[in-house]
Amino acid sequence: MELRICHLYPDLLNLYGDRGNIITLIRRARWRGIDVSVAERPVGASIAAEDCDLFFIGGGEDRQQRLAAEDLRVVKGDALREAARAGKVVLAVCGGYQLLGHYYRPAEGEDLIGLGLLDLATHHPGPGARRLIGNILIESDLLGGRTLVGFENHGGRTRLGPGARPLGRVLAGFGNNGEDRCEGAVSGSVFGTYLHGPLLPKNPEFADLLIARALASRWGDVVLPPLNDALEATAHRAAAARAHPGGPDSRREGAPRAHA
Amino acid sequence: MSGGRLVAAIGAARAAAFLSRAMRMGGGTTMPGRVARAIEPRVVPTLAGRLRHGTMVVTGTNGKTTTSRLVAHILEHAGLVPIHNRAGANLAAGIAAALVEHATLGGVPRGDVGVFEVDEATLPRVVDGLRPRAVILTNLFRDQLDRYGEIDLVAAGWRQTVSVLPASATVILNADDPLVADVAGAVRAGGAEVLAFGVEDPACGLGAGEGGAPPEHTAEARYCYRCGRPYLYTTVYYGHMGHYRCSGCDAARPAPQVVAREVRLRGIEGTRFLLEGPGAAFAVRTVLPGLYNVYNILAACACCLAMGVAPETVERAVENFTPAFGRAEQMRIDGREAVMLLAKNPAGFNEVLRTVLRSGEAPVVLIAINDLTADGRDISWLWDVDFEMLAGRAQAVVDTGIRGEDMALRLKYAGVAEERVLLEKDWERALRAALERVPEDKRLFILPTYTAMLHLRGILQRLGVVEGFWRQ
Ligand SMILES: [Zn+2]
Repeated sequence: MELRICHLYPDLLNLYGDRGNIITLIRRARWRGIDVSVAERPVGASIAAEDCDLFFIGGGEDRQQRLAAEDLRVVKGDALREAARAGKVVLAVCGGYQLLGHYYRPAEGEDLIGLGLLDLATHHPGPGARRLIGNILIESDLLGGRTLVGFENHGGRTRLGPGARPLGRVLAGFGNNGEDRCEGAVSGSVFGTYLHGPLLPKNPEFADLLIARALASRWGDVVLPPLNDALEATAHRAAAARAHPGGPDSRREGAPRAHA
Repeated sequence: MSGGRLVAAIGAARAAAFLSRAMRMGGGTTMPGRVARAIEPRVVPTLAGRLRHGTMVVTGTNGKTTTSRLVAHILEHAGLVPIHNRAGANLAAGIAAALVEHATLGGVPRGDVGVFEVDEATLPRVVDGLRPRAVILTNLFRDQLDRYGEIDLVAAGWRQTVSVLPASATVILNADDPLVADVAGAVRAGGAEVLAFGVEDPACGLGAGEGGAPPEHTAEARYCYRCGRPYLYTTVYYGHMGHYRCSGCDAARPAPQVVAREVRLRGIEGTRFLLEGPGAAFAVRTVLPGLYNVYNILAACACCLAMGVAPETVERAVENFTPAFGRAEQMRIDGREAVMLLAKNPAGFNEVLRTVLRSGEAPVVLIAINDLTADGRDISWLWDVDFEMLAGRAQAVVDTGIRGEDMALRLKYAGVAEERVLLEKDWERALRAALERVPEDKRLFILPTYTAMLHLRGILQRLGVVEGFWRQ
């Protein structure tokens, strides 16, 4: 069995330890004896849906995100849509997440047109508005109510349409917009989220879900043997305590209050 | 301006400083500055304006503390009495505190030149009051994004700031950092002088990646500021420092006037290189390790040479410079040698790891990771550090700090064998466990983030290994 990962814009969208997500996918597959290949596809490089099983897009600063948005629409968009239709996994974090929606409306300047793979839109409320920054904890039905931990840092407020459901419900932190307690979006095998930190190392169940889904798109149903995730669980618990209101994080100077 | 208000401001700030020390509230590094400015808002321009030889300002992501201490040290050797702020007190209040602390109650500075390290995002706010003769721009890396916003905004703030400097001022900047070198145009447009420094020794670098891309993923400046096309590198020294030109326009590394040649990196034993500049050529011998310190030394020497200090004086001063706490300062703990190397962002951490590995076989390392405001609350940057370097090479790694769990997990995914990693959340036990793992003739490498360094310092102070913060 082989897991073929496609890392989109590794040089451009690599803001929040995004590489950690790729490292985690590689390690967790190889620890189970699954071969892994990673294709890096920067601006200008074309992609083919049938060449990969899991597509990853990270986050970037405004200038980089604009470059990526243009390339995503013109060069890679059709193949990514086809991949999503074929049940391949697409995971997008932060800036990449925004680009999978219909559009991103910045504080100033023109809209960035997204791929529309997820039924959502993102608005930046203006240069004076505060960024949504801090440790975040959500619970996800997708994982049987288990929690995901991460860190978020975004100015844009994302709202979902009826065609997407949230990845999880915010227990501590801001999530998509700081108001409706929704975090991330899921539609079929396309996943978007503001959680970085990076996302996958401290959330191994989610990493495994993505690996299994990606493999299933080519090899049929697979069952991944369990790994010793004691250290992952320890780090998950510590980060959750840091995020949770009433936990150590909330007493610190400058810590964001949940649902502010 | 009222002279009475200045006297009152200095008096009140002194009282505040005395109280915070007496009550052991820490170094009292910024509070006196806040008190003084509340009473007399013009305290900084007034006192700075009375410094006979003017003021020098050092900013950038990495190397501020070491570079500004070097500048002050060299100026001292030249017979001046510098006033400088303490490490970490690099916001406007910290600068005010330093000026007040070193002035008589009547408002006469007890020094004749100011040397201030300034937070990179704060530079635009302090230049007006300080009217510096020289501004040193070291480098720009992504650091604590949650606090500063974006690196492009910091660079834009710098361009704006240097464009209003008078013709009498000099901006000393890093030619090897495209984000910094790009500021030169704005300096010249405003009329001030530019003095660029850089490394001219590809043999000590990392080479260049495929197609001229920087080989490390910590590199920030991959795309040209002006046209958005990728930079092509022929040599990368670390991060995005190197020899580059734009593939789309005529942006390119400017030829530096002050250069380092024949660089010999000898790990924690220090570094040697030849420094050449206008009217100066001498051998640099220093205990400061790593390429990042070559840049710090170049910046400080370029500044002092431009200020008219004799090359022989600069050479001698650099040779007998000892590093600040946490910046490769050596110490003895329970009969074991230890050295602390501050690591606060990916590019800096990679250079620190290379220094550790250059220093000998099978090092024992204590890593302490905090996520307080001064460290950056987002610790995702740990995944951008190449800890893979330690796999199969580190004898033992002990992890501690508020985010010690994250660090241990990072090492697992970096391929460091789990039996060589110990997670110990109790700081003192972690320190002792790390020391126990050090063979008798070897030394312990302590790699903390900023507040972790301060915390460890407190412990070492209690153990009688180092002196108090305010006595330094
Ligand atoms: Zn260009």
